[in-house]
Amino acid sequence: MANNTNNRREFLKTTGKAGLAAALSIPVLDSLAFGTHDAPIVKAGNTPYEQQPLPYAYTALEPAIDALTMEIHYTKHAATYAKNLADAVVAEKVDTKATSLEALLGNISKYSAKMRNNAGGHYNHELFWQTLKSPADGNKPSGKLLAAIEKDFNSFDAFKTQFSDAAKGRFGSGWAWLVAGRDKKLSIVSTPNQDNPLMDVADVKGLPILGLDVWEHAYYLKYQNRRPDYITAWFNAINWENVQKRATGIIL
Amino acid sequence: MAFTLPALPYAHEALEPHIDTLTMQIHHGKHHQAYVDNLNKAIAGTPNENKSLEELVKVAGTISPAVRNNGGGHWNHTFFWESLAPNAGGAPSGALAEAINAAFGSFDEFKEKFNTAGATRFGSGWAWLLVKDGKLEISSTPNQDNPLMDVADVKGTPVLGVDVWEHAYYLKYQNKRPDYLKAFWNVVNWTKVAERFAAASK
Repeated sequence: MANNTNNRREFLKTTGKAGLAAALSIPVLDSLAFGTHDAPIVKAGNTPYEQQPLPYAYTALEPAIDALTMEIHYTKHAATYAKNLADAVVAEKVDTKATSLEALLGNISKYSAKMRNNAGGHYNHELFWQTLKSPADGNKPSGKLLAAIEKDFNSFDAFKTQFSDAAKGRFGSGWAWLVAGRDKKLSIVSTPNQDNPLMDVADVKGLPILGLDVWEHAYYLKYQNRRPDYITAWFNAINWENVQKRATGIIL
Repeated sequence: MAFTLPALPYAHEALEPHIDTLTMQIHHGKHHQAYVDNLNKAIAGTPNENKSLEELVKVAGTISPAVRNNGGGHWNHTFFWESLAPNAGGAPSGALAEAINAAFGSFDEFKEKFNTAGATRFGSGWAWLLVKDGKLEISSTPNQDNPLMDVADVKGTPVLGVDVWEHAYYLKYQNKRPDYLKAFWNVVNWTKVAERFAAASK
């Protein structure tokens, strides 16, 4: 594992900046001497409150999501949420052994803004990594999950359109979600910032089984202002098997 | 009368190395343009079609999310470009400098408070220096809101603003928003800020 990580870093050191420079067709990439090859801010751990190891290489989602974006997103943005969550649970005396992360989110209005932003940020990013894989054209769910999507949205294409609209229509920073509700139905919502449908403050509540990060940091290096292109590319990189696992026992 | 994208008051590369050329090109040519286009779409054929941008922004909360977001986006970006200049930065002087010292203790303390407001705005938004009841204050707003809006927590007349949407700095600074905020001071057009302060203090 350690070797893989080192190889990945070595690979990025030699290709990451050049790849981005090519993508942007610009000579300004000197500015990318920002040291993303430092050690992650926190060491990946095994409890739900800690950042988990990324289940694939930073390059695995190319060309939908570029390696440099993945590296910064995982080692900087997501790691910072995990670190700030760790600080917040100590400061606000959360017993993390007795309180599931889902239960914490379900009571999030009783905690600070710092807890809300970072518990959400940590949970959302862990879910995001788990529901991605190497992209493939024509990627779509199958079996019971496809049947459930077709039942609740009429067709897979109609689902994609509705989900894309939610992701495009979220003004500012936030997420679009596919949510399994208590009524056993699937629905699509978007939330601002790092909120999610598990939170008691959410307009539509349920279990998020798929989420798309539409903060600009999730796509700006490759797509800049073209969020719709990022959304289109992301559909090919959804790990529908893992989405189905999240839905199993809830709606399937 | 449809709104149009104002020309940048300097070249795209004029704010290098503090704000890079590509960021300026996309920020002005794509993001700002989209706010202008979407604002025009939102007001076309409505009673708001002939109102000024200031009139729309002041009652943004009562019109529609589209007018709030895109009217704010157009106003804020126009204001932002004019707040910046090449070969600028340094420190304010005269009445503005005295008012900053009176309100915040010193210019350094002011910068620190302003940077904190920018760094701690979670998600997308802006940090502002504004005149409220004749005094300077610092605030931050989410998304494309601003202190002129009826929906703002702290209302007043903005004299300086910094865009902390990730699109304002991500190509050059990525996750390091504080570095962007530090660099921002090198391109603040204090002459313009002083003009606004004088007008707001009348």
